[in-house]
Amino acid sequence: MINPHLPWQAEVIGRVDESPAVFTLRLQLCDANTRRSYHFNPGQFNMIYLYGVGEVAISIISDPHDDNVLDHTIRAVGRVTNGLAKLKPGDKVGLRGPYGRGWPLIEAEGKDVLAITGGLGCAPSVSVINYIMKRRGEFGRLTIMQGVKHYNDLLWRDRYDQWGKQPNTQVLLSSDAGGPLWPWHTGPVTVLFDEARIDPHSTIVIMCGPEGMMRASIRHLLARGIKERSIWLSMERNMQCAIQQCGHCQYGAKFVCSDGPVFSYPEVKSLFNIKGF
Amino acid sequence: MIASMSKVQQFARDRFPELLDALKTSGYRCIGPQIRDGAILYDTLDSFDQLPKGQQDHQSPGEYRITEISSPRNFSWANGPQALKPYLFAPHEVLWKANIDANKDITFSEAGLDVPPLAVIGVRACDLAALGLQDAHFIGRPDPDPYYAKRREQLFLVAVNCTHPADTCFCVSTGDGPQATAGYDLVLSELDDCFLIEAGSERGEAILAMISTSDAVPEAIAIAATENEAAANRQTRSLPSRNLRDQLFANLEHPRWNDVAERCLSCGNCTSVCPTCFCYSENEQPSLQGNESNHIREWDSCFTHGHSYVHGFVVRPDTGTRYRQWLTHKLGSWHDQFGRSGCVGCGRCISWCPVGIDITEEASAVCMEPEK
Repeated sequence: MINPHLPWQAEVIGRVDESPAVFTLRLQLCDANTRRSYHFNPGQFNMIYLYGVGEVAISIISDPHDDNVLDHTIRAVGRVTNGLAKLKPGDKVGLRGPYGRGWPLIEAEGKDVLAITGGLGCAPSVSVINYIMKRRGEFGRLTIMQGVKHYNDLLWRDRYDQWGKQPNTQVLLSSDAGGPLWPWHTGPVTVLFDEARIDPHSTIVIMCGPEGMMRASIRHLLARGIKERSIWLSMERNMQCAIQQCGHCQYGAKFVCSDGPVFSYPEVKSLFNIKGF
Repeated sequence: MIASMSKVQQFARDRFPELLDALKTSGYRCIGPQIRDGAILYDTLDSFDQLPKGQQDHQSPGEYRITEISSPRNFSWANGPQALKPYLFAPHEVLWKANIDANKDITFSEAGLDVPPLAVIGVRACDLAALGLQDAHFIGRPDPDPYYAKRREQLFLVAVNCTHPADTCFCVSTGDGPQATAGYDLVLSELDDCFLIEAGSERGEAILAMISTSDAVPEAIAIAATENEAAANRQTRSLPSRNLRDQLFANLEHPRWNDVAERCLSCGNCTSVCPTCFCYSENEQPSLQGNESNHIREWDSCFTHGHSYVHGFVVRPDTGTRYRQWLTHKLGSWHDQFGRSGCVGCGRCISWCPVGIDITEEASAVCMEPEK
């Protein structure tokens, strides 16, 4: 019997400091056979283990067709992530995955894609944006709406600049706290709806970030005629096993680790506006 | 019915040691109910004399007492706090070890699975139903849990039909007892001078063939049936019979959640004694030498602060949302996950709640119109 709890060894082969508290680890599975049999979809996540400290669920942001290397963008916020922040190339970690259901990329083919993200919520959606950018002809119009609390929180400023220059692509940025160094909008991400050009009949929405931000965005989207089933969101809950056993990530009857983390809005709607689930 | 009745055997009480001997000879370690610290718990059973004799329990919300009665019987009591759960889903166990060498290479290895065959004597119908739910959770999925699976394979179950439900029991209302109908290897019905015994599996047949029994006499079968019916009729508690899932999720803002939150200590006793609760946390225990770390799992409870922690934010920071999570899962969303309720009517959460919160009362209150 395969032991689903057991991690594999992976090596840190690259590391990028994205901001003072956010970094990206590029990992590679050490065993060649494991590497060959490992495949993921954007929106899925891995459990990353720091020796002697524990595991943490992190979404994979690199391209699924190059799954030889696996990029994970992480905010140093707890015991494990603060420890991971100290790793250097050559260091080893444990890795198991990929877990969960990713973004509906097949459904999105040929359609417009609207990505709405808040805070570091951009990490799970960056995988989709990168995916679309590499296969630009397979998708319609791409609109990226990114909101941050503070202008210092914006990661990948260069990347947003470059994405905005691509054909048929609109990049909209907002910060709750603006300032002289912030040339874009000030306010919550929803202020960007006034400028977003959305065709409600051919758009798939992908969202991640704080649930309050997603709730507010959903209200705007529905008011603009987007169908509930065209809205997809990535949920976060406490995750320890990632294999539908430990019970922490339950959201009503759903296990976020395996039924999600990406859900269509109708799947979670009944609890989404109620605190405590 | 005739065919199954003809299979029922009986043996005199003083022949009970033969059953233990047959199990031991077949390689099983036996555990059975015994009085420990004023409660009936499972422990290693070396001899028949260790079983409780002439003991009766008294249970009510927040209360459990054992008293002696004048009776030759060994099973004239309802379940104590301990279910089968800890024998399969261990309260604390190593999931895997990580070893790190001088080059910082990490090797992962699974924990040893040297599990001897185990026979549990005295399992009640409610716990068999609960075992079915734990099986569905831990081994009924695409990624079965190897630790649970190994112990489950090695488990032999001797059920005893329950004749003395406690005041807190409501297995009739959940449809899970008091008679054991499936999931056992052998099932016993206890009478004053003898036991009726019937096999429920091939392994059970093999053990049954090793002990001296005779065909059960119709009078004995009739007495057992009467006692079983009386045990069912004695139960006074019940869960609301309507569709609890829809009722509970339609009442998520019911004032009763705040009311129960005023009484609930959020201690997690209910989840510990519940035979179906499956939550666990994963924790790390590094060795002092610095070259080995055990990755362990331990029972967790949705009543803890940490259970719903997500990077700096707690989804359920208060007792009301935690109690609501527990009850709406156990009696509500469990239906979607497992095709039935997560409650088997054992009543443990009622007896072992330090403030005597009664799940049947809370569920009924949430399903009723709030009092103005």
